Amino acid sequence: MSAAPRTIRFTLNGSAVEATFPPHLSLIELLREQFDLFGARESCGQGLCGCCTVLVDGNAVSSCLYLAAFADGAEILTVEHLARDGRLDPVQQAFIEAGAFQCGFCTPGFVLMTKQLLDDHPDPTDDQIGHYLSGNLCRCGTYPEIIAAVLDASHCLTVSL
Amino acid sequence: MTETPRISAGQIGRSIPRVEARAKVTGTAEYIHNLRLPGMLWAKICRSTVPHGRIRHIDTSAAAAITGVQRIVTAADIRNVIAEPYYGPAFHDQPILAEEKVRHVGEPVAAVLAADPRIAEQAAQAIIVDYEPLPAVYDEVEALTSSVFVHDQLKPAGTFADLKHLAGRRDTNIALDFHLRRGDVEKAFAAAEQVFEHTFRTQQTMHTPLEPHVAVADVRDGAAVIHSSTQNPSFVRIEIARLLGWPENRVRVKTAFLGGGFGAKVYVKVEALAVALSMLAGRPVKIALTMEEQFFTISRHASTFRIKSAVDKEGRITARHCEVFYNGGAYADIGPRVAQKSGFTAAGPYDIPNVAIDSFEIYTNRPPAGAFRGFGMPQLVWAYECHADLIARGLGIDAVEFRRKNLLREGMPHATGTIMRDAATAAVLDRLAQRIGWGQPFNRGNGTLRRGRGIAFGLKAAISPTTSVATVAIAADGSCTVYCGTVDMGQGSTTAMAQIAAETLELDAEAVRVVAPDTDVTPYDMGTLGSRSTFHMGHAVRLAAEEAKAKLAALAAETGVPPGTNLPLAELFRRKYGMQAGTVVGSGSYLPSYVSPDHATGMTPNATPFWMVGGSAAEIEIDTETGQVRVLRLVTVADAGTPVNPRIVETQLTGAAIQHLGMTLFENMEFTDGQLRNPNFAEYKIPGIRDLPEQLTGEIVDAVQQSGPYGAKGVGETGTFAVAPAIANAIHDAVGVRLMELPITPEAVYRALRTAAGDPLGDT
Repeated sequence: MSAAPRTIRFTLNGSAVEATFPPHLSLIELLREQFDLFGARESCGQGLCGCCTVLVDGNAVSSCLYLAAFADGAEILTVEHLARDGRLDPVQQAFIEAGAFQCGFCTPGFVLMTKQLLDDHPDPTDDQIGHYLSGNLCRCGTYPEIIAAVLDASHCLTVSL
Repeated sequence: MTETPRISAGQIGRSIPRVEARAKVTGTAEYIHNLRLPGMLWAKICRSTVPHGRIRHIDTSAAAAITGVQRIVTAADIRNVIAEPYYGPAFHDQPILAEEKVRHVGEPVAAVLAADPRIAEQAAQAIIVDYEPLPAVYDEVEALTSSVFVHDQLKPAGTFADLKHLAGRRDTNIALDFHLRRGDVEKAFAAAEQVFEHTFRTQQTMHTPLEPHVAVADVRDGAAVIHSSTQNPSFVRIEIARLLGWPENRVRVKTAFLGGGFGAKVYVKVEALAVALSMLAGRPVKIALTMEEQFFTISRHASTFRIKSAVDKEGRITARHCEVFYNGGAYADIGPRVAQKSGFTAAGPYDIPNVAIDSFEIYTNRPPAGAFRGFGMPQLVWAYECHADLIARGLGIDAVEFRRKNLLREGMPHATGTIMRDAATAAVLDRLAQRIGWGQPFNRGNGTLRRGRGIAFGLKAAISPTTSVATVAIAADGSCTVYCGTVDMGQGSTTAMAQIAAETLELDAEAVRVVAPDTDVTPYDMGTLGSRSTFHMGHAVRLAAEEAKAKLAALAAETGVPPGTNLPLAELFRRKYGMQAGTVVGSGSYLPSYVSPDHATGMTPNATPFWMVGGSAAEIEIDTETGQVRVLRLVTVADAGTPVNPRIVETQLTGAAIQHLGMTLFENMEFTDGQLRNPNFAEYKIPGIRDLPEQLTGEIVDAVQQSGPYGAKGVGETGTFAVAPAIANAIHDAVGVRLMELPITPEAVYRALRTAAGDPLGDT
């Protein structure tokens, strides 16, 4: 753990930022330790539960396995960026209306993954929903409501297009 | 004076979104997981690598040489700050760090403190512990007669009167034996038309809350502050105060939202170690377990259940003998309560005149088992509902008809002698049969794809006696705050308590604030466990709100406001104090009546404050070439009394059913020689979105819990009861084979199919 620190520049939730850290640091550690962003959470530590999901250049990644150094020059988006000026993102609103969470620990990951799903497929099939969200786990078992939220959000977004 | 009938304020039965919904979707909801305090150190734990062994030597030299390590702590250091460092809710059997011996793989042996958690982790792995391996015992039945003893002697905590007789008992692995005797079982078996006897087993599983156990302890100036992801802050306060020899008022336990609990976070888990480390370091200390470490911390009991029933010519069960063996692992935790409080319901939701139950909590050299959503019930229902199906088949009676014939109905005595009240057994069974289309023709598949249907249901008694206390404050502007120790771990208690207070005070639930548990602020509560909060804390909040309401009425009278005047509450305070000032506080304390069971017979006229009834019906499809089971339909039905928030109750039911689908089909802590092989999500799979049944519903039957707050009762565990037996019964219906053990993996199904075909698969 004595390797020389790295300094990188990247865009975080729309703002240009710079960070210096030891090279082994993961992206989630960087976000929590230097930027006080706690919406992404480390749970399984193996990239299997999706609680630590953030978007890197528009792609969802497991930030617990993603080295912070890879964020150099990238555009990082976390759940904290979705609600703008006090207005929730349609995906967040749909999650509330469908009751798509219980403990809420996995929710930011699901919200971001749904965001990417609907960016890629505004009117997703059941199979696309399953494919995109199979990397996110909800131990409370709120999947039926999450699927309902995805469909609600899709409807809302496609109608407003 | 005649009582005016209460007019509903319309807050009960409203399916409002969770009051914290916005915080949860924006990622700002508070979890202890996120907490950092100034000057905080991180602790990482060095854990036992052997299932049973004597600690010869702990070599910390390599770890201590790592730059940044603040301190390395072993059991000897703990004794400098805590004289008798053993804890546990039922037995004081669990050391904060292992002393002399280790009793399961993964037991904490030493801890490392550092400002950087990565350095602490690296150092914890550099500690070398030399063990003298001892013979170990892992199986609950084998442990009954084994010459290997996990503990030299039993050390009951004294918390529970019925454990006192166990103090000092030696040469046994039985931590608790519970017995129930009703009628004359032997005579009934002798007179039986037919006798059915089976043995069912379940596997050890883990809750895997996605927020792993976490505590931050800050002990200084003679006071301890503990921020913990605990489900019962009051118990942690009392237990830490006992360990320290301090009064309760010097120990403060605070929680936030929990990222799941499911029973994993009841009683003391990492808090005692965090407190001891903070005392030794003189700084705040955070312990945040990894997902892997959780598997070594607490689990659901593996079990063996021998069940034997006598049946008469008419297909009525005349006698039942239940022998239940719960594999408690190396430390008792709350296992003895599981063995007793669930054990006494082991005969199931049936009216059986002669019943014998022998239920045992057994020590083994596995990671500890304790409370896990259902508290021993899923193991029991698995056995007695598979057994019920086998009896019905043996008698040639329809499985639902057989259950109806033997049903424990309203007004009948339960095996304990307690008369059944407000347990909607018939309604739940009828609804299950109706929803799955029982008795109606359906597509049974063909070729290698075969379909079947199964039904199962169970009955749980809420744990008793337990107390909840709450206060309700009305501020001078009329706004209402509820102070209660119920922990919201996703079940929606914050919303439910807001609705109950709002109903009583005739407010909108959305306007009520419920503060997070903090033992300096929120009064005593026994714990958020056993589906008890809606009933017990619901009553306490109702009583507190009623007292506040009465005080507001007195304030109105005092300030000359005529009764029935529609004056804003704020105006009362202004009239009294001349400005926006003052607080009206109401308090409520609730303890239901209860009669302890007779020690010899297990009989009691009042076994529980309320019964939970829940069942599942399943339609499945089996691929006979692979053993793969596809769940096409899963219906879960519950008696929830009058639901406070129907939508949240329904998601509790489907969520519990999905969780239980994992235990049914794949979750299994797999051991080789006491070594857990799969403590991670790569190898211990929990249900994901692809594992959902094609159709999944959770339904509530029309029911009222007369003794409940606004007719409500608990429901958090109800959906877990009967998923596994419903699926096993459906498999039997589809392909005629019976699985006696969980989980029902494709391999297990395929083996059973080959065995049934007279061509058993060899072991490889």
